[in-house]
Amino acid sequence: MQEDTIAAISTAMGGSGIGIVRISGPEALTVGDRVFFSPGGKKRLIDQKSHTIHYGYIRDEGQTVDEVLVSLMLAPRSFTAEDTVEINCHGGVYATRRVLETVLKNGARPASPGEFTKRAFLNGRIDLAQAESVIDVIQAKNEYALRSSVSQLKGSLSRKVNQLREQILYETAFIESALDDPEHYSLDGYPERLRTRTEELLNEMESLIASADNGRMIREGIQTVILGKPNAGKSSLLNVLAGEDRAIVTDIAGTTRDTLEETITLGGITLNVVDTAGIRSTEDRIEQIGVEKAKDKAEAADLILYIADSSRTMDENDEKILALLDGKNTIVLLNKSDLPSVITKEDVREYTKNRFPVIEVSAKKETGFDEFERLLKEMFYHGEISFNDEVIITGARQKAELVSAASSLRKVLESISMGLPEDFFTIDLMDAYSALGRVIGKEVGEDLVNEIFSRFCMGK
Amino acid sequence: MSLVEEYVDVVVVGAGHAGCEAALASARLGMKTAIFTVSVDSIALMPCNPNIGGSSKGHLVREVDALGGEMGKNIDKTFIQSKMLNRSKGPAVHSLRAQADKADYTRSMRQVLEQTENLMIKQLEVTDLLVEDGRIVGVKTYSGSIFHCKAVVLCAGTYSKARCIYGDVSMQTGPNGLAAANHLTDSMRALGIELRRFKTGTPARIAGPSIDYSKMEEQKGDERVVPFSFTTDPESVQKEQVSCWLTYTNETTHEIIRKNIDRSPLFSGRIEGTGPRYCPSIEDKVVKFADKTRHQVFIEPEGIHTNEMYISGMSSSLPEDVQIAMYRSVPGLEHARIVKNAYAIEYDCIDARQLKLSLEFKEIGGLFSAGQFNGSSGYEEAAAQGLIAGINAARLIQGKDPLILDRSEAYIGVLIDDLVTKENTEPYRMMTSRAEYRLLLRQDNADLRLTEKGYEIGLIDEERYQRLLKKKEQIAQEIERVEHTFIGDHEDVQEFLQKHESTRLKSSISLGELVRRPELSYDLLSEIDRSRPDLPEDVCNQVNISIKYKGYLDRQMKQVEQFKKLEKKRIPETIDYNQISGLRIEAQQKLSKYRPASIGQASRIAGVSPADISVLLIHLK
Repeated sequence: MQEDTIAAISTAMGGSGIGIVRISGPEALTVGDRVFFSPGGKKRLIDQKSHTIHYGYIRDEGQTVDEVLVSLMLAPRSFTAEDTVEINCHGGVYATRRVLETVLKNGARPASPGEFTKRAFLNGRIDLAQAESVIDVIQAKNEYALRSSVSQLKGSLSRKVNQLREQILYETAFIESALDDPEHYSLDGYPERLRTRTEELLNEMESLIASADNGRMIREGIQTVILGKPNAGKSSLLNVLAGEDRAIVTDIAGTTRDTLEETITLGGITLNVVDTAGIRSTEDRIEQIGVEKAKDKAEAADLILYIADSSRTMDENDEKILALLDGKNTIVLLNKSDLPSVITKEDVREYTKNRFPVIEVSAKKETGFDEFERLLKEMFYHGEISFNDEVIITGARQKAELVSAASSLRKVLESISMGLPEDFFTIDLMDAYSALGRVIGKEVGEDLVNEIFSRFCMGK
Repeated sequence: MSLVEEYVDVVVVGAGHAGCEAALASARLGMKTAIFTVSVDSIALMPCNPNIGGSSKGHLVREVDALGGEMGKNIDKTFIQSKMLNRSKGPAVHSLRAQADKADYTRSMRQVLEQTENLMIKQLEVTDLLVEDGRIVGVKTYSGSIFHCKAVVLCAGTYSKARCIYGDVSMQTGPNGLAAANHLTDSMRALGIELRRFKTGTPARIAGPSIDYSKMEEQKGDERVVPFSFTTDPESVQKEQVSCWLTYTNETTHEIIRKNIDRSPLFSGRIEGTGPRYCPSIEDKVVKFADKTRHQVFIEPEGIHTNEMYISGMSSSLPEDVQIAMYRSVPGLEHARIVKNAYAIEYDCIDARQLKLSLEFKEIGGLFSAGQFNGSSGYEEAAAQGLIAGINAARLIQGKDPLILDRSEAYIGVLIDDLVTKENTEPYRMMTSRAEYRLLLRQDNADLRLTEKGYEIGLIDEERYQRLLKKKEQIAQEIERVEHTFIGDHEDVQEFLQKHESTRLKSSISLGELVRRPELSYDLLSEIDRSRPDLPEDVCNQVNISIKYKGYLDRQMKQVEQFKKLEKKRIPETIDYNQISGLRIEAQQKLSKYRPASIGQASRIAGVSPADISVLLIHLK
């Protein structure tokens, strides 16, 4: 029914060290053969039997990306009931992502959120009773992908992508206006101008892709959010973890009005830590926004660090926080063990109904953090916390879209060189525009028509 | 008082461009058809610009013709100037546009209507729709007579509760001073149909002898005229043509407008309707594009038997005195005598999202709607919808499936899909940029795309169909021959290539590869193509395009395949979106309201996300 070939990372990117890149669809073996090289160099996956495993390397333009085991499952005896190639990567998160990128470069399309499951269902591999959960998976993953495509993306990148889109849309609208109203707008000499513009755009796009190659496009790691009532010491804690004075720390409640972010490596585990404004009922507009943001972040988090203040009693603000912890991996840090304590570890356990581990720390004296690190590692390697694979897939998907946008612009240049008429340029320009839109989660809709009307004076 | 009662199959309300096509199609398909108009003198009236076709609209006319409609034939009989626009651009955007003799156009279409079997013309205002159990059963006229019928096609255009406005002047009339239709939309509202108010406008008509053409640039027609209709003999349209003229507004014009802008009913808020952005009044242009020091003005004849000239580019609703000053500030119009003032017109129309792709109302069986009344603009857009609605009214009565063209088959498909699926906040105009697969939807191949369908429907006769089949075969055979004819590095070939600044051959190459070279074409290559058969011009043209742009055409055809997959997944009419868990609330609401026919259509509704589409797919499994 679906005829294209999709790929994605199909394991949660946790501490296991092994990531699986799954390719599914009629071209799965062909794509596999383009990237897989056996030690002897002769073996072709397409000649192999179903349900066999092969040792070798994934190479991208001659360069070895990872040492892998590849399993083959031919249609209909696979999860999706399509030809499936699974690449077991051993080189950790980074290598897995590079393998996925290599696969995408060689003819597979990035799978949409939940698409394997969807195909499995549509091809009759999952029964109707499971349909509901399939839908949940798709909606959840989509929401996550949407969120991450916007929030995970670094601000500068999405700004850049927006700028590129605007420029592409403008040129397209100009050509279209001239086609629509040829007696009004002339395209004489325009192809040369467009060539220059397109070359500039392409340069900018290529430096974007290069920065994506360096892994700087999205934030990877366990999305960790620090929650706590005002002045519980969230910012101090972040400073201890980050080892620098990043957050502004004062003893005036409500200092951190926005959210701060920091990437921290603790015991070899990457945490993407977000500090939030203290959660409390407030009249202050700006602070309210901060509180709302904190709630959003908490919802998207893989791990929550709840900072409780041992020098004060639990109050309505703690109640509010508690409500956000439902179903979340949480570690409670009972801060200010340096001050005379009003509440004890046991009080907190009782208060949180024993749902979460509690550790006593002092951000001021920097004590208790060894235990925190030990606990963190334990949770990670037991697979209790992991970061959502959608983060990496979204990153790979975004990069694939950037690459495809660049290739569309190259086609524009080619068409200009070949002396093709102007209406051919807009086909590839719009392809580039919509690919860039997918990077930042925007659809094309009526953009072109709107741009034509707002920029160019049309009609009688 | 005895009541007049008649029985027909199809009633068409309105005899504009949509109404004429609808009535002709319905009558030609054997339906006893009655067409109603407020005035028989306004049949196929062109109340605004005096031309047919133009960018993307020319495509629509060709498509209407390929399906067996009348517009193309009628303009071929009555044009006074013709131009193929965008000739220097790609074949997909070549667009034919002809200036019509308006009076001839109207008269000629009226004759066709009069001579069509099964078709009766009634000069009566339809005031009420008669609906029983969710089905249309007839209409009632202002005179009280009742016409029982099985289907109705509404083509009320811009006449419903129409109001013409300029300055402080406001008249309850339809276009060109004709009577408005003031009752029909009340009856519709009572039936639960949602209506809204749109606005458009037209420039002044100026007496020809008062214009000084020496200050303007002459705009001539093409030397070799191409007809619109695939059935018109190209030789029959080579005739003497009249000219249009180009002049420009200037800072003085803009100053006059700016000074009086507060007297424009558009800016003072006296006009509430939403006007089109693509057809702005001159005051709109001056305000919106303030940095432009001049705007184009085309002076176009309204016909041969009148000296009225249409002032294209300067539609307005400014008061009469400002209009005079403004027009007279334009070079060549210094002594202009206005025959008809420019005006804006406001009218009732429907939100076309209440319609199915067949143009039948979702909630009222047998009731169809087409043309400007659906919120479109333009004669060509109207004609295209009218044809489809007329065909589908007949097919409904005959118990046949409706004719639905999709976005990959025709501009008509794009037009109707956009109208019934998307939110349109202004009168909708066709544009080539709206067609995703425009390389495939060319005006030159409209017959190859659609005439077979026209034949199956019954609007294309056997002879025309056989001609089409022959043409298709000739094209296919010639493409095959050209792609498989190899030529070597003979001296005459090399000389030929050198002459056309094309790289010399190192080894043998197919003729097709040479056609694809930018500097060469199928036509040019006849010099070295010894075994070329003698083929008609239109066949040669198709061969050239198909070979030359093969890469791009193949790419779009692949996209069309993907597109078709989602279009083919039908959504049952009985589906209850509220029962589908996993759909977001916004999607549930939108889908419940607009009830798309297919997954593809659903995906084009604003507010329905890709995830919602996935959920739908799973539920439909």
